[in-house]
Amino acid sequence: MTIVRISNDALARACGADELAAAFERKGHEVQRTSSWGMHWLEPLVEIDGSGFGPATLADIDAILDGSSTKAIGTIVEHKFIAGQQRLTFARAGKIRPTSLEDYKATGGGIGFRRARQLSPEQVLEEVLASGLRGRGGAGFPTGIKWKTVANTPADQKYIVCNADEGDSATFADRMVMEGDPYALIEGMAIAGHAVGATQGYIYVRSEYPDAIRTLDEAIKLCAEIIAPFRCEVRVGAGAYVCGEETSLLNSLEGKRAEVRAKPPLPAIEGLFGRPTVVNNVLTLAAIPHILEEGGSSIYDKLGVSRSKGTMPIQLAGNIKHGGLYEIAFGITLRELIYDIGGGTESGRPVKAVQVGGPLGAYIHPDQFDIKFDYEEYAAADALIGHGGITVFDDTADMGAMARFAMEFCAAESCGKCTPCRIGAVRGVEVIDRIRAGGRDLGSLEQTPQMHNMPKKARSQDEEIQLLTDLCETMKFGSLCALGGFTPYPVMSALRHWPEDFKG
Amino acid sequence: MARRKTESMSSQQKLAEIVSEHQHREGPLLPILHDVQHELGCVDEEAEAYIAEALNLSRADVHGVVSFYHDFKSKPDPRPEVQICRAESCKARGVEALMDGATKAAGERVKLTTVYCLGLCSSGPNARVGDRLHARLDGAALNKLIENA
Repeated sequence: MTIVRISNDALARACGADELAAAFERKGHEVQRTSSWGMHWLEPLVEIDGSGFGPATLADIDAILDGSSTKAIGTIVEHKFIAGQQRLTFARAGKIRPTSLEDYKATGGGIGFRRARQLSPEQVLEEVLASGLRGRGGAGFPTGIKWKTVANTPADQKYIVCNADEGDSATFADRMVMEGDPYALIEGMAIAGHAVGATQGYIYVRSEYPDAIRTLDEAIKLCAEIIAPFRCEVRVGAGAYVCGEETSLLNSLEGKRAEVRAKPPLPAIEGLFGRPTVVNNVLTLAAIPHILEEGGSSIYDKLGVSRSKGTMPIQLAGNIKHGGLYEIAFGITLRELIYDIGGGTESGRPVKAVQVGGPLGAYIHPDQFDIKFDYEEYAAADALIGHGGITVFDDTADMGAMARFAMEFCAAESCGKCTPCRIGAVRGVEVIDRIRAGGRDLGSLEQTPQMHNMPKKARSQDEEIQLLTDLCETMKFGSLCALGGFTPYPVMSALRHWPEDFKG
Repeated sequence: MARRKTESMSSQQKLAEIVSEHQHREGPLLPILHDVQHELGCVDEEAEAYIAEALNLSRADVHGVVSFYHDFKSKPDPRPEVQICRAESCKARGVEALMDGATKAAGERVKLTTVYCLGLCSSGPNARVGDRLHARLDGAALNKLIENA
C-alpha cells in the first residue's frame, strides 16, 4: 500500500482530483488530501514519497504506481517553481492536510500565537509595526498603525474582521490560504484580537468559494478551545464584488445593502456596529503568525525593497503557461515573473499585455516589464499592485474591448452610492462604443430648440476620446471608493498603450 | 386550494424556523436570506414581509437588501443553473469564444449566468454548477456540462 497525496484545493478538485483520489483508494492505497503546492498547471498533482506526477488523469494511475509515468516531475520541493520561492505565508502549502491540527503543529503552527499571548498587547503591536507589514488587500496601509488605532480607541466591544471577499479576477491567494492553511488565518486573527482587545472575529467569505467556506467552518470548530476566549465565525457574502471594499463589507456584515461608507470615520474607530474594528485581508492576517515568532518581525523587515517589506504571494493567471502561486520578496520584475517563472503564454503567442492588480489594475505594456514589484514603483507608473494578481493576455486580445469591459464591470458592480461610479461607468461604456464606432453623428436631441446650449455638430473620434479622458478624471477623483476610483486605470492604460485597438 | 394552503403553511414554517435559528446573531439578515434563498428557491415579497416583521425592520429595508445582492432572487427559477466566469483571466483564456455554443446548448432548459470570478484564474475557462467547480473547459466540455446540468 502506498500513501498517495492529492490536493483538496478547489482548483485541483475542479480539474478532477476527487475522481483521481477515489480511483487510488479503489486500488487499495491510502489517499491523503492535502493543501495545494500552487503549481496549477500540474493539478491534479499526485505526490508519492515526495515525488510529483501531474497533471494526472485516471489513465495515468497505473504508470504512476509502477514508476513509468511520463507525467513525473521529480522531487516536488526541488522543482524550479517551488525552489525559487520565499514562502512565509505559504510555508505549509502542499505539506499539510488543511484541517489537521496535528499537521499544523508539526509544521510550526501555533508558535507565534503562544508567544503573542505571553507578550503584552503593546509588545505585539510593536512587533507588527517593526515588521513593516502592509495590508495585502490592495491599499498597502501599514498594519501596525491600523491595529494601534483600534487598540487606542476605548470601547466595550471591538472586532477583528477578515476581508475574504476576494473578487478580483487573477487572485486566488486568499482562497488557497483558507482552503489550504485555515489555522494560519485563524491564528492571525486571534493574535490581532489579543493585540487590540477584541474577542469576536468574523471572516467574510464570498459565496463563490464554497470549498473555502466548508474548510473554515470545520477548522473553526476544531480549534475553538485553543483560541478561546477569542471567537471566530464565517459569514458568507452574496455575490457583490463591492463587498471587497472594507466599509461596504462592514455594512454587509451588519445585514445592510453593501453601500460604501464615507470615511472618516475610519473603521478602526467606528467600524462594525459602530465599534472599533480591524479590517484586514486574509494574506495580511495569515502573515501575522510568522511575524510573531521569535525574531520573525526582523526577518520580515529584512525582506523586500524600500517601503515594501516582506514577501508577496503573487498569483500568475490568465494566458500563462505555468500559472499558480508564487510567493517571493518584493522587488521581482514582471519580466522574470512572466517569462522565467511563468514560461510565457500558454497559447505560445507573444504577450500583448498584462493586468496587475485585478480588474481595477492598469494594463501594462511589454515595454514596461522591467518594473519592480513594489507599491511605490507601481504607483509612480500609474499602476497598482493590488492583491498581487497578474493576468497575462496574448496578442489576440482586443484591448479596446477590455477597456469597455472594465467600465461594464464597474457598472454591474457599482453599489450606487456615488454618482461618478454609478453613472460614470454606464456612460463610459457608451463613450467607448462611440469611439470604436468612429465618433458620433449629430443626434436629433441636440437639434431641438430647447437644447440651445449644445454644440450643433457631430463629434469626432478624437473628441470622444477627450470625453472619455475627462470622464475617467472625474471618476478617479470623485468616486467614494476604489471601484469607481480605479476603473479608469485599466481604461486609460489600454487607451494609452494600444490606441489602435480603439480605432476599430 | 387545500394543497396550496399546506404549501404556504410549510413555507411559513420553514421561514419561522430559519428566522428563529439566526435571530439571536449579530447582523442576522444575510444568513437568514441565504437560508431562505436556499430552502425556498427565492426571497419573495411574502418572505420579505415576514423577515421584516421578525427583525423589526421595514419591508423597504429588507427589500433593499434582497435586491442589492446578486445571490438573492425575487422569483423562483426551477431551471438548473450553470454559472460561467467571464472575468479578465477567463477572457484571456478564451471564454468569450465559447459563449455562443454554450447559449445554444443551454437553450430554454438551462439557465446560464455570468459570474465574475470563481478564483481558478490560472486554469480557466471556469464554470460552477451547484457547489461543484469545473476548470480548463473547452467548448465540448462546457457544452457537455450544460447538457448534464
